[in-house]
Amino acid sequence: MNKTDVLIIGAGPTGLFCAHQLGIIGLSCEIVDNLDKAGGQCIELYPDKPIYDIPAVPECTGEELTNNLLQQIKPFNVKFHLNERVEELKKVENRWNVKTSGGVEFDVAAIVIAGGVGSFEPRKFPVKECEKFEGDSLFYSIKDKSIFKDKTISIFGGGDSALDWAIELSNTSSVNLIHRRDGFSGAESSVQKVKELNDQGNLNLFTKYQMDSVSGDKQIETIKIKHDEGEIKEIKSDYVLGFFGLIMQLGPILDWGLNIDKKTVQVNTENFETNVQGIFAIGDICSYPGKLKLILSGFHEGALAARGCFKYAKPDEKLRFEFTTTSKAAQERLGIKK
Amino acid sequence: MAKITYHTYDNKTHSIDVQNGLTVMEGAIQNDIPGIDADCGGGMACATCHVYVKEDWLDKLPNKEDGEEDMLDMAFEPKNNSRLSCQLIVSDELDGLEVNIPSKQG
Repeated sequence: MNKTDVLIIGAGPTGLFCAHQLGIIGLSCEIVDNLDKAGGQCIELYPDKPIYDIPAVPECTGEELTNNLLQQIKPFNVKFHLNERVEELKKVENRWNVKTSGGVEFDVAAIVIAGGVGSFEPRKFPVKECEKFEGDSLFYSIKDKSIFKDKTISIFGGGDSALDWAIELSNTSSVNLIHRRDGFSGAESSVQKVKELNDQGNLNLFTKYQMDSVSGDKQIETIKIKHDEGEIKEIKSDYVLGFFGLIMQLGPILDWGLNIDKKTVQVNTENFETNVQGIFAIGDICSYPGKLKLILSGFHEGALAARGCFKYAKPDEKLRFEFTTTSKAAQERLGIKK
Repeated sequence: MAKITYHTYDNKTHSIDVQNGLTVMEGAIQNDIPGIDADCGGGMACATCHVYVKEDWLDKLPNKEDGEEDMLDMAFEPKNNSRLSCQLIVSDELDGLEVNIPSKQG
């Protein structure tokens, strides 16, 4: 059991800055995120794209912003729990018991949901029968590539994941790479490599085809793919891999008794608390009249939510407003030596 | 101002006057038309505002930028008449545009 003052759900810019604000006022926190790294949408959707509207930062990329925020919260030694999704919340007297998908448990005074548009999950095939084989002979990510040795693998997608795995697995397996168009979004060098492998007969490339159906008893045996013009091909396949990127899903948050409207959680604008006492929501996931989905708004919301958490974490103390420029206590917490 | 017709997956038709300068995605969101998620808010980064454009409109719309086709690879059941509605900016020329909203966004 991890005991801390506040649990932050989501390691995007808003969650990271909220951790900073909690640290400044002397509260401890830990952060859970479903991705394997901090940064949220900034890292997953646009690490290299420029952002021009962070106050006092004329231009930075999603990755730079994330790294700067991580640098800024370094003094607080915040513990991250990555690759974990929060599943269950339970109120125990005045505190919350929280459990994640990986079985990590927390005992906290307050919870700040900074979950963006939800947790990132792989996008799946539209074909219904695919569900039956998922996790056995159909995957959206690879954990153990040794199972593919000497088998026939059909890979769908046109991005870097699809291309990289097609190239790598073509060494030890028979690979079909299927993509909906002639163009690819992955690196040009990988596209060239795939085309070479196809010309040499070491890989079968099918473009302008999409999944039509899968069949098999317990394991996938054959798949059908359909051309833009309607022609259907049947190919033998032991495994199917789909790489269509990630999509954001609200997931278990829907079951926590919060007032939810159009995938967002309603909050008050005094401290960004939800209708449930001790649960706050900030950043893209919260809604209130006038809400702007900007990173700078998330920073403001996190600063106020952090102060809202104080009365739950330290019910017998009074929070005094201070500036970091002059507050001795804040500077000590930041580890500043004079 | 342009009249945009959204055909939703529940077989309903919504004809809306959308102001010039807004996107076809925003026209749907602001009028509570179901089936457009627009998770990333119009940044061409998520493919959850995917629509099918009525065939006779395909050539009349501005061409796709590179990034749009890449994102459509991620969309649920993309077709030749797929577009991201956040990239379609409404103008008088779009008056009468009809789009079908897919059954799911992902």
